[in-house]
Amino acid sequence: MAHFDPNAKPFSHQWLNERLAIDTLKRVLSTEYWIPKNINFLWAMGMVLAATFGVLLISGIFLLMYYIPDTKLAFDSVNHTIMGEVGYGWLWRHMHGVAASVVFLIIYIHMFTGIYYGSYKRGRELIWLSGMLLFVTFSAEAFSGYMLPWGQMSYWAGMVITNLFSLGSLDFQGLVEWIRGDYVPGQAFLGRFFMLHVVLLPLVIMALIVLHFGTLRIPHVNNQDGEEIDFEAEAAKWKAGKRKEAKVIPFNPVFMSKDVFVLGIYFIFYFYLVFYHFEFAMDPVNFDPADPLKTPPHIYPEWYFLWSYEILRPFPKDPGLIAFGFAQVIFFFLPFLDRSPNVAPANRRGIFKYWFWILLVDMIVLTVMGKVPPMGIYTTIGTVAAWVFILLWVALPFITKMEKPIRGQK
Amino acid sequence: MSDRRDFFGKALGAFAGLGALGALYAAKRTWDPLPSVKAAGFTTIDLSQAQENVLYTEMWRGKPIFVIKVPKDAVPSDAPNGRKENAYNDKRLITVGGDKFFIAIGLCTHLGCIPAYYSDQHKFICACHGGQFNAAGEVLKAPPPSPLVIPPFKVEGKKVVLGESSPEYEKMKKAGLVA
Repeated sequence: MAHFDPNAKPFSHQWLNERLAIDTLKRVLSTEYWIPKNINFLWAMGMVLAATFGVLLISGIFLLMYYIPDTKLAFDSVNHTIMGEVGYGWLWRHMHGVAASVVFLIIYIHMFTGIYYGSYKRGRELIWLSGMLLFVTFSAEAFSGYMLPWGQMSYWAGMVITNLFSLGSLDFQGLVEWIRGDYVPGQAFLGRFFMLHVVLLPLVIMALIVLHFGTLRIPHVNNQDGEEIDFEAEAAKWKAGKRKEAKVIPFNPVFMSKDVFVLGIYFIFYFYLVFYHFEFAMDPVNFDPADPLKTPPHIYPEWYFLWSYEILRPFPKDPGLIAFGFAQVIFFFLPFLDRSPNVAPANRRGIFKYWFWILLVDMIVLTVMGKVPPMGIYTTIGTVAAWVFILLWVALPFITKMEKPIRGQK
Repeated sequence: MSDRRDFFGKALGAFAGLGALGALYAAKRTWDPLPSVKAAGFTTIDLSQAQENVLYTEMWRGKPIFVIKVPKDAVPSDAPNGRKENAYNDKRLITVGGDKFFIAIGLCTHLGCIPAYYSDQHKFICACHGGQFNAAGEVLKAPPPSPLVIPPFKVEGKKVVLGESSPEYEKMKKAGLVA
């Protein structure tokens, strides 16, 4: 039997400690969770993402009060009621729309930071994998949310994306109709995507965020040189008062104060977009109500899906689907396709340096080509960029296998 | 002792597994299209007033249905693959009251956009990814992998019922002409 002091005042520190072990929790999760000193602002992106998810959750709760998931009423409940009648309804909608777009920008920065510094290597594989699961779930969350205003782009994006599940020549029309609950997107479709967007997927995301943090706790975050730090020894220096010599700082309050500084700058940028440039996250086509008998001239996804859309587009149907599927899953395999033991910035890793920058530029090219109409020179550029993407991943195990070990790496 | 515990563990696991399977089946059925959705799947189109080479768009199961009374001189002007067949002689046309009609689901077989009809060239062009079809719905230009799909139909005088099969439809289906 644990010891409970009968004289402890209810809710006093001692009383809580005996029941919840708050001192231990605080020590393990924050004051003695060690972060290397040798990092830069890119290490704050995780906290930026967590904060943006918080913004999405809160703004979403307010939108939920007036949104109606009915194919006849949804469009007006968003564009008339929330935007025109509800006090500050426009604020929640613009915060929600802009955050949904910006969160992908930060996710991509976060991912490419990890790739650049090799933060997915031995000991950190689960961080990468749980992060990729978060990326996929966020993608599903963004797509299901895009259906809800039931505008033209909602409807036709829903049509095109669910059609992918017929899996080309396999022609699984029954599966497509099962996913939609109808022959075409309709009430059943809107209802289930509403459920996914506001309940099931947010719950999965929250669980995955906990898992993602959990996978980080034992390997700790990487640093700018990929140095293997003896966290216990360095932590002992810090605790002994040798704060200058220690290579680490505690997460709370030292690292958090740096994080909060970056958050401050980020939110200035974010609210600038919310108040002055929200239109970039509001496609004009989606301000026409859904019309099953009229396809918009160009159907394109939001910017953050363009690169994978462009990998689908230049090929015939079946190879296109295979290429698209490849693009969706290949990032998961990064920790196992990179055969080099070197944990170091890409710039110090020989050919991998070029691999990294070509991949980054190629994905930007794919993104731009996904937006322009598929004609003439754009089709050629898109096709080349799609092949470059595929070949880069095929080449990765070979070029990393040839990589020479860097000093200190086994 | 441990044998008994193993047995109980396995028995519990088996029953929980059965329950999970049942729950999965219920979940699957909940996602199925409703009976009312499936029952509303029939549409009758009256073709007695149709004019030649005009695209009529009807609705069937929430999908657009293209109807064209194809004229005898319907030739695709410049099919990119060089094909110049007369669409009027295409086996995919449906004879209704002595006239030949093109009736198909108006969704591109690539990714489901609605192609537009250019009556002067007797062809469809899809704005999404550039696919082209002739006036009988045959593919002139990729990416669409197959012709525009002909829905199950039954001719009744000058009318056509969509969603209901008929010997003519079954014959076309057997010949691989409906999709």
